[in-house]
Amino acid sequence: MRPPTPAPPAVPEPEPVGPSELLPSVEPPTAVEAQPGSAGQLFWRRLRRHRLALISIVVLALLAIACFGAGLFAPYGRDEQNLALGAVGPSWQHWFGTDELGRDQLSRLLYAGQISLEIGLAVALLSTLVGTVIGAVAGYLGRATDQTLMRLTDLFLVVPAVAVLAIALKKFGHDRFTIIWVLAALFWMYVARVVRAQVLSIKEQDYVEAARASGASGAWIIVRHVLPNCVGPIVVNATLSVAAAIVAESTLSFLGFGIQIPATSWGRMLADAEGTVGTSQSYLLYFPGLAILLTVLAVNFLGDGLRDAFDPQRGDA
Amino acid sequence: MLNLVGRRALYSVPVILIASFLTFAFVRATFDPTAKLRQSRESASAIRAERVRLGLNKPLVDQYGSWLGRFLRGDWGTSERTHEAVTAQIGRALGNTTQLVVWGVLVAAVIAVGIGVYSALRQYSLLDYTFTGLTFLGLALPPFWFGLIAIEFLAVGPKQWFHLSDPPLFFIGLHSGGGGILDYARHLVLPVMTLTVQIVAGWSRYQRSSMLDVMSSGYIRTARAKGVPRRRVVLRHGLRNALVPLVTVMALDIGALFGGLIITEKIFSVPGMGKLFIDSLLAGDATTLTAWLVVTAAFIVAFNLLADVAYGWLDPRVRVA
Repeated sequence: MRPPTPAPPAVPEPEPVGPSELLPSVEPPTAVEAQPGSAGQLFWRRLRRHRLALISIVVLALLAIACFGAGLFAPYGRDEQNLALGAVGPSWQHWFGTDELGRDQLSRLLYAGQISLEIGLAVALLSTLVGTVIGAVAGYLGRATDQTLMRLTDLFLVVPAVAVLAIALKKFGHDRFTIIWVLAALFWMYVARVVRAQVLSIKEQDYVEAARASGASGAWIIVRHVLPNCVGPIVVNATLSVAAAIVAESTLSFLGFGIQIPATSWGRMLADAEGTVGTSQSYLLYFPGLAILLTVLAVNFLGDGLRDAFDPQRGDA
Repeated sequence: MLNLVGRRALYSVPVILIASFLTFAFVRATFDPTAKLRQSRESASAIRAERVRLGLNKPLVDQYGSWLGRFLRGDWGTSERTHEAVTAQIGRALGNTTQLVVWGVLVAAVIAVGIGVYSALRQYSLLDYTFTGLTFLGLALPPFWFGLIAIEFLAVGPKQWFHLSDPPLFFIGLHSGGGGILDYARHLVLPVMTLTVQIVAGWSRYQRSSMLDVMSSGYIRTARAKGVPRRRVVLRHGLRNALVPLVTVMALDIGALFGGLIITEKIFSVPGMGKLFIDSLLAGDATTLTAWLVVTAAFIVAFNLLADVAYGWLDPRVRVA
């Protein structure tokens, strides 16, 4: 995650850390904030203080390396069967056990993670790009464009999302590219709403007024003055939508409308293991669920840390 | 106040109308009602005749118009899956889902308000941190996984450990008729718990921050300064005001639950709206799906309206805006 390159106006206020005696682990905040530094440096300093966010970055990086490097790290192939072995619980040969076809669950989990993470990242990226452009234009132009966008998103927010996604996947197919753009087609609206709200308040600022007075075009103002100041909310939102997309994909796959065999994702693995509840093979249930839980937890902590790092004024919520 | 209700209600009408049109078009574009005929290799003329009979040769807007007319008169068509009236199907499903929603919301609201108030009054205490940690866990837990794990550890597991003939908590369907209140509760505990875990995390967080806001406001200081007993300050001055934003959020969330329990109902085989949706989607039952989407959208719109009205009623300052 890079700090915003076009520096937003540095905020001179010290971070309101609340009653400081209650947060003993934090170094004296005023001393740190008093040091001069670019907005980027301030951002890193604040993020570093968020220990959970840092741990999350490490966890996510390890997960990503393990999953995308599954070809190197996975002890067995994704579909490598061992029918003679069958289903055995976790052991030294098979850390996470095997299913009834003797497939190593750790290896499958890593390969499945590729798809889950890929969908999460791609959906977040795509929806953030589209949502930012549309939200910024709508917020900046206002009036008819804005009204159209808001009413459109209102419409989509009144129909249950999982239902719409399931029908859409039924219509358009189940391969992962379809899943990515179908999810992104729904997710961009949340981004657009966030960006629009942000732009609405920024466009009233004096520096935007000044840019307009000195003859800058609308597009220039949006790109150069408005968007750099929305980077915080956009990045935080993008981070959180990675988690939301992973959960959405696993939900759809669990229902059977998402990833189809032979490909597999964490949700799909859980769908396959659903029947093992209460049997001796119920260990098949634990690991895919834990993988989703761990990823989403780490992404949420990271999002929280980023939010605080971008916006020091934001209090506890 | 009436003005506010009227204005919001008026806005809801076009929203639900346009949403229903889009839904209708979406389902129509996804499912071909003549697919069965095509599969059975009927002649082209037979298929054409069927299309004319179903009105599929007319423009989409005309089809929507006649569908809407029938829908408003209470004729929602016949399910292509069960050959039963869609109204009856949805009515039954709604009854079951409503039971889950009512119990889930009651339990979640009590727990969330309790946790929120405690965490706000004892901010940064050990329990506050514990609740915060649990909240993060709750927000990250995929509901379907939690449901499965709950079955494993609370229903099937204990049955095997204690060699019971019945699991202590049932995890299939709702009550089976006999057995009275105990049977009813044993069927309900697991799905309601799964639902509660999903919503309690967000609500308790919300209640905590709104209670913190309220407790640091001027009128609380005033109340304390003039010697109002602490209990009364917390309950009358604090909690009553802190509940206002939570009620709004609750109304919004409850509206979404009627069509949002697809996963929970699938895991526990509860014959509610979520199960009806999956069954209809798998069978390509377009008539039921259209009605299902419109009904769930109507719930969301209605509860959005309720949230606005409740907010205006509880907080008179909003009414002017």
